[in-house]
Amino acid sequence: MGILEVQNVNKSFGGLKALQNVNLSVEEGTIHAIIGPNGAGKSTLLNCFVGKLVPDTGSVTFNGQSLLGKKPYDINQMGVSRVFQTPEIFGDLTVFENVMIPCFAKRDGAFRMHAIERVEQEVDIREKAEKMLLDVDMADKMHMTASSMSRGDKRRLEMAMCLSQDPQLLLLDEPTAGMARADTNNTIELLARIQERRHITMAIIEHDMHVVFSLAQKISVLAQGTVIVEDLPENIKGHPKVKEAYLGEAAE
Amino acid sequence: MLGLNNKDTKFLIIVILLTLSTPFVMQPFSESSAMAQFNGGYPDLMQRVAIFGIFAIGFNILFGLTGYLSFGHAAFLGVGSYSAVWMFKLLSMNIIPGIILAVIMSGLFALMIGYISLRRSGIYFSILTLAFAQMSYNLAYSVLTPITNGETGLQIRPNDLRILDGEGSSTYTNLFGLQMSSSAKWEVWGHLFTFNVGFYVCAFIAICSFYLSLRIFRSPFGLMLRAVKSNQNRMSYTGLNPRPYTLAAFVISGMYAGLAGGLLASMDPLAGAERMQWTVGGEVVVMTILGGAGTLLGPVLGAGAIKYLENIFSKINENVLHGWFDFLPDGLENLLVWVFARFTGDGWHLTLGLLFMMVVIFLPGGLMEGAERIRNRFGSKGDIDETGASTTKPAE
Repeated sequence: MGILEVQNVNKSFGGLKALQNVNLSVEEGTIHAIIGPNGAGKSTLLNCFVGKLVPDTGSVTFNGQSLLGKKPYDINQMGVSRVFQTPEIFGDLTVFENVMIPCFAKRDGAFRMHAIERVEQEVDIREKAEKMLLDVDMADKMHMTASSMSRGDKRRLEMAMCLSQDPQLLLLDEPTAGMARADTNNTIELLARIQERRHITMAIIEHDMHVVFSLAQKISVLAQGTVIVEDLPENIKGHPKVKEAYLGEAAE
Repeated sequence: MLGLNNKDTKFLIIVILLTLSTPFVMQPFSESSAMAQFNGGYPDLMQRVAIFGIFAIGFNILFGLTGYLSFGHAAFLGVGSYSAVWMFKLLSMNIIPGIILAVIMSGLFALMIGYISLRRSGIYFSILTLAFAQMSYNLAYSVLTPITNGETGLQIRPNDLRILDGEGSSTYTNLFGLQMSSSAKWEVWGHLFTFNVGFYVCAFIAICSFYLSLRIFRSPFGLMLRAVKSNQNRMSYTGLNPRPYTLAAFVISGMYAGLAGGLLASMDPLAGAERMQWTVGGEVVVMTILGGAGTLLGPVLGAGAIKYLENIFSKINENVLHGWFDFLPDGLENLLVWVFARFTGDGWHLTLGLLFMMVVIFLPGGLMEGAERIRNRFGSKGDIDETGASTTKPAE
């Protein structure tokens, strides 16, 4: 049984059936890629994992606990972190503060009225954040305002924020979208390194096949709201159904 | 010292010195000079500067840090005033119980109004708070007349109960016998300095309020409030629930407003519904933005500037203007007096409006940004970093 289990999930928006009977199982400690043509329902599925959307029917469980109806912050506190397609960071704050906030969230929970302590004196939090920034090679940008960085750096920062919480499951929504080849390779290298060192389970939505086949240990192919194939990467490459899904889209 | 780093301690000491020397700072001109009318060092004005400074400091915790713009803080000011006056009537003319009740009651009100209003953000939040303030005003003005004494306002009477003070006691507010209205005057070199008990009580509380807000700005809680302003979406996906943070900030700023209201009543023991009118809530918004929202010192400066200018401008009537332009030919004199009279006296709000527009357009970070620009231009290396959160962001 996987760390994340999705069973018979259906979701429709008005008449549009975005997800139909989706079944998915993410094994602990692996990188699981979810691919598929545009409009296949990848993002909808991801939104069902983090509490942004609630499936109409079916179940989503994480470590045996249902995620349905839970708020995003509850789900995060259970150990699920998410990296967005367009980086969601605290733009007005410094890079260092950006990384400290998730560390506080991890230590103190969803709300704590720590108004008398001083940020300066939270030594363990500061050390943890500093170490995390060193880990992703951003220590030199520590005191920059987050919004003034390049898009690639913003995404790296967001990843650092998620990783600083030591999540059990990291969800990545197109982590290399819009990146130059060099940046993409950096990201691949970073993710592979993290996986090797921390054994964090990851679920990645990705368009770039180079990224998918470099990282994924298992791939699910989504088309028109259903999982058409779930298999090892080497079996996916020449799979007739996958070709049909992608070429069919291209022909339209 | 006091749980602050060296820089902040220095900053706090400067603020304390500045506050304590207000009777000198606001009284720069000699009594006999023609400029004497620009002196602001009389008790009533100094008290108001300190009190509205407290009001603005509290408002800044909500608006400056979380970015939630409330137009309803006048309601808490009014609640504080009414609570304090009731304490004076029932318990004692000592201001301590009145102020304590003012803070508690406004906190409860803020909890209630905040709980409902904070379900929405942005403009909807602002409108909800405005609606609540207007409701409170109408409740105070007519519906709750038995408690608020309607349009006459709540006043102290000689035959009030005053359980602790006993029969026939004085009807002046005091602090353990020290009357708020009593002052010591000091005349030196033609200058007249007034040291008023009420002002120093307000100043002491203002310094404590400032210190508390400094601690909040520097705390992890303050960091979370700035995170709310920056990106609520990221916050909730980071495992933090923004709602209780904003509610806590709302209640704290409501309690500051209640404290200010209680102090207003302590200086002058009457409470009227007009204190709850939305224009009062608008005034604190103007003060905060004028001084610099999100900075530590800005709101206090804004409050000081507005209260001082209000008093000065309101005093300049047509007679004074005629005195100024006496030397001009009659026609020109009348014309100039007519023009200037629109902006002074009752027309003070016109000046305030223009001033506010200038600041928002040319100095979106308020007076603090202006100070920073001047400092940068002249390259001096002042070592107090007064921008508390190092954000001089334009107000949203």
